[in-house]
Amino acid sequence: MSSLSNQVREILAQGQWLKRDLETLRDDADLYDAGLSSHDSVNLMLALEEAFDVEFPDALLKRRTFESIQAISSALSQLKIDAPVP
Amino acid sequence: MSNFVERAHRVGREVASRHVDSVDRDARFPRESFDALRDERLLGMLMPRELGGESATIGDAVAVAHALGQYCSATGMIFAMHQIQAACLMRHGLSSEGLRSVASRVARDQLLLASATTETGVGGNVRESICAVQAKDHRFTIEKQASVISYGSHADGILATARRSPDAAASDQALAVLLAEDYTLEQTSGWDTLGMRGTCSNGYVLRAEAPLDRLLPLPYADISARTMLPITHLTWAGTWVGIVTDAVARARAYVRAEARKRGSAPPAAIRLAALVAGLEAMQGHLEAALARFERASDSPDKLTAMSFAVAMNALKTSTSTRAVELINEAMLICGINGYRNTGPYSLSRHLRDAYSAAIMVNNDRIMGNTSNYLLVLKDIPELNA
Ligand SMILES: Cc1cc2nc3c(=O)[nH]c(=O)nc-3n(C[C@H](O)[C@H](O)[C@H](O)COP(=O)(O)OP(=O)(O)OC[C@H]3O[C@@H](n4cnc5c(N)ncnc54)[C@H](O)[C@@H]3O)c2cc1C
Repeated sequence: MSSLSNQVREILAQGQWLKRDLETLRDDADLYDAGLSSHDSVNLMLALEEAFDVEFPDALLKRRTFESIQAISSALSQLKIDAPVP
Repeated sequence: MSNFVERAHRVGREVASRHVDSVDRDARFPRESFDALRDERLLGMLMPRELGGESATIGDAVAVAHALGQYCSATGMIFAMHQIQAACLMRHGLSSEGLRSVASRVARDQLLLASATTETGVGGNVRESICAVQAKDHRFTIEKQASVISYGSHADGILATARRSPDAAASDQALAVLLAEDYTLEQTSGWDTLGMRGTCSNGYVLRAEAPLDRLLPLPYADISARTMLPITHLTWAGTWVGIVTDAVARARAYVRAEARKRGSAPPAAIRLAALVAGLEAMQGHLEAALARFERASDSPDKLTAMSFAVAMNALKTSTSTRAVELINEAMLICGINGYRNTGPYSLSRHLRDAYSAAIMVNNDRIMGNTSNYLLVLKDIPELNA
């Protein structure tokens, strides 16, 4: 498990949007199936932007970008996040 | 004028306009209009030709709703709501055998489809459900407290949202395609309203049992973003612009008649110039949104982009608000003759019907969604973006 996905997990844990246990949720599991609503997903984006000090360009602001921990991690790495920010 | 629009005007002129007063007064289903729409075979227009339809575009359906709205708002709105359901079936159901056969029945037998998204307990938040699909063997059941199902008891089928399974999250929904033989409706509330009276939007308990292959395979979240939301706002806006178009036509006829009587322009002529400009802007907004949908139509990525949802939401909130304002202007032009319930310049029904637009999924709820998107959306759209 990459450190990026671990950080995403931490943000998901803080947000408390999911109805499933994060521990058992796989990196490729569908977050919307796990209870993330479209309203929550905006809060998730805000939390990610704040934690990683990035801005998602509009081209990435679609459902699929935030559908799993894996998808989020790959979007973040597209934005060239290497160093974890505390 | 397209062939579809010509057929719609024929139904409007020869049938809908003759019955509009009793449909409105008695809050009754516009049966004659729908018999005529079936005779013109307009209910199946969106379905592909090989299934017996006419492979019409969403733009064609919007144009028909716009034409019908000029004669009878309820006819236009019911047509719009039906085509939204037909579009979900056509765009997301044709790969499955069970749904393909429903689609071909919609085309060949001109079935009328209704919608049960609103639910007691979640209100207008159509992206959440309380009721759930209960699967057993090859069948499923749904029991939904549907607080509003327009023309529910006149429809041949209903598309209903429900949680995908009893343990699914509220937003993890599926869309079920139910035919009249699959369900019973127990009426729980009536429809004695200010306007849109002919939509007969009673409340019901919907109890259904159907084969599992009648669940659309795509999650409702995707169906909603790619089809339901944009096509709802486009076809509704088409109907509303149609209502305003007739109100403006009445104001224009009034000003012309006054001018002939006086031999010069009446004072209200200035207001009419502004009103016509307002209608042009409304129509332009609808056409631009339609063109935007058509550019995105085959791209799930473009359809699920936030900027696209913001544009479709803007069409809904702005058209619904402007409709009431413009009809009000038309009434000031026609004066007491606009205020009357009868006569060629009456605008009372138009105004009452238009008031439904802002609460038909409340504008505050829609602006709430948009404002949420704007917390992360950054780009300023270019012209023709
Ligand atoms: C003519 C007509 C036909 C209809 N036909 C159908 C149909 O066929 N099938 C169907 O399923 N439904 C239908 N509806 C229902 C419609 O789609 C909406 O679901 C319904 O109008 C919402 O009802 P509501 O105002 O009680 O609920 P809500 O949307 O819950 O609104 C109630 C109040 O709460 C406010 N509010 C609630 N939540 C928020 C939020 N998050 N942000 C901001 N404000 C909020 C609203 O502004 C409003 O003041 C129809 C409605 C009309 C008017």
